[in-house]
Amino acid sequence: MQHPYTPYAAEVVDRIQESRSVFTLRLRFCDPQVQARYRFAPGQFNMVYLYGVGEVAISIVSDPEDEQLLDHTIRAVGRVTRGLAELKPGDRLGIRGPFGRGWPLTAAEGSDVLLVTGGLGCAPLVSVINYIMRRRRRYGRLTVMQGVKHSDDLIFRGRLERWRNVPNTQLILAADQAAPLWPWHVGYVTELLGDIQIAPKHTHAMMCGPEGMMRVVIRELEQRALPDDAMFLSMERNMQCAVGHCGHCQYGGRFVCKDGPVFPYSEVKELFGVKGL
Amino acid sequence: MALADTRFLPRERFQTLLDALIERGFRCVGPQVRDGAVVYDTVTRSSELPVGKHDMQGPGTYRLEDAGHERMFAWANGAQAIKPHLFPAREPLWSAERGGAGSIEFTPHSAAPEAVAFIGVRACDLAAMQIQDHVFLHGPYPDPGYAARSEALFFVAVNCSHPAATCFCAATGDGPAATHGYDLVLSELDNGFVLSAGTEAGNAVMAQLELDATTPAQTQAVVAQGEASISAQTRSLPSRDLRDALFNNLEHPRWDAVAERCLACGNCTMVCPTCFCHAETEEPTLDGHATTHLREWDSCFTTGHSYIHGLQVRADIRTRYRQWLTHKLGSWHDQFGRSGCVGCGRCISWCPVGIDITEEVAAITGD
Ligand code: SF4
Ligand code: SF4
Ligand code: FES
Repeated sequence: MQHPYTPYAAEVVDRIQESRSVFTLRLRFCDPQVQARYRFAPGQFNMVYLYGVGEVAISIVSDPEDEQLLDHTIRAVGRVTRGLAELKPGDRLGIRGPFGRGWPLTAAEGSDVLLVTGGLGCAPLVSVINYIMRRRRRYGRLTVMQGVKHSDDLIFRGRLERWRNVPNTQLILAADQAAPLWPWHVGYVTELLGDIQIAPKHTHAMMCGPEGMMRVVIRELEQRALPDDAMFLSMERNMQCAVGHCGHCQYGGRFVCKDGPVFPYSEVKELFGVKGL
Repeated sequence: MALADTRFLPRERFQTLLDALIERGFRCVGPQVRDGAVVYDTVTRSSELPVGKHDMQGPGTYRLEDAGHERMFAWANGAQAIKPHLFPAREPLWSAERGGAGSIEFTPHSAAPEAVAFIGVRACDLAAMQIQDHVFLHGPYPDPGYAARSEALFFVAVNCSHPAATCFCAATGDGPAATHGYDLVLSELDNGFVLSAGTEAGNAVMAQLELDATTPAQTQAVVAQGEASISAQTRSLPSRDLRDALFNNLEHPRWDAVAERCLACGNCTMVCPTCFCHAETEEPTLDGHATTHLREWDSCFTTGHSYIHGLQVRADIRTRYRQWLTHKLGSWHDQFGRSGCVGCGRCISWCPVGIDITEEVAAITGD
């Protein structure tokens, strides 16, 4: 068995600047056997290791059936991520994973999917959009609602524009502050929840972003009669070990790293909304 | 000889027990007095044990005194016992080396199992070790270092005869008598020890010592002493499962009151035998060609513990103390099927401002 704490070496195959502070690293394990063995589900994450600095938990945005490459979309905010931002194709780093429980994409087959993201927390849901787009016929109506602080923070703009034109797919964007010529809503994305259609018995809602935003979404969806176990959220906490040993990601009686990061709302309802847990 | 068999080891022959273990290849680790406190370290002579010592403990207080008798274990636990051995305060996990063309080579650190016999461990610490076993071993990702260190251990437990004023193991159900998890267990009487074995390995050591059977009077004395150790405990917890009682009181004003006193020093978490939080850190060599990835004990009282994307989830002491207590006595049940407190009282004695977990719990869950 793999030593649970030790990464495998991986190589940067490509680096894509998505916005001023967000970039995507396209990676491949140096050992082809490790690459061949590696399997993940959308919503799971890897611990990405920068030589001499440390590790950081990053969700995987590429498609699980892409056996060659592994994409991580990263925002440069901390010591490790700012260092990762400096890497170029050919550079090496470490990867340990995948960890955690991902999105309920199999359970959601045949139903409508509503995705809501806010702040800069969109990466975990990009994997879901990618996944559904490649298997579009297996799912019903897809509604993607994405809020950003500033319109310049919007990433994957090209892809989003393409997705708009896919049948049975609705895209709703909002920016708290917008540059001139922003064609979308100015304000919170949650303000637009009232406008969308929801079939409460046939919808899986998946969300990620600031907890405050998710609370607003949950309240609205509850009013629209969506059951607790049809709402899924990706939680974020400090993570260091990713295997339930280090205690940093404790959230009530759960470890976000191994019990999450994706939780049905029914599992976290008791504490969700209490500040400081 | 059946496992329930009890034998009497006269005090002057205690050395033969150490010798028997050393002969079997164990390094004996036992209590001894250092800088005015009982600590655990390598021991080869019975004279190194805290003979004739007694401890005075209270909120924010720990003091050793001469007791005027010859007993070796007439004290309750000092700051640490088994935990630092199985889960060291600082430990390398792996190293990485830079090779040609920018390659990185990762090498996990492997801990070689060492045969260690712990002398004089208490019921609360055996219970705490079982909890830590659960954290590090009983999941999909067992910790290989912890597993190696727990492989070749031998436990000589001592039933507590002199609980400190801070002890409340009777309330948590983890002491004062050791009921499982040991190879040998001792009850200390004025002139020696009543021994019994908990494993075949313990039985073999006991047989080798060629001891007399215990007398009915000795058995009687052990029972009486055990009962006295329970009734001597004045602190307690309102219940063994406080999960709902605590989570229903997350906004209780007492959290603010305790936060006024708490220094967020983290002493309570460092001495707690069940706290398992640790941080991962990196130590590159000066030339940059190699780097070691380590883990170190961390505490939910530090500012960095809940850091995420430039924010702290628990920015004030109120939420940190609440995290500690609600986890230890509340959500621990969800994660590990029991409370995370074994009633050792260490967090009470070693808190510089004398915050008493039993008092805080009583106030928060009171009405
Ligand atoms: S919480 Fe306090 S009394 Fe309970 S096990 Fe930890 S240190 Fe001992
Ligand atoms: S409760 Fe006491 S020991 Fe624990 S962090 Fe606060 S001051 Fe330190
Ligand atoms: S990241 Fe260490 S316990 Fe979850």
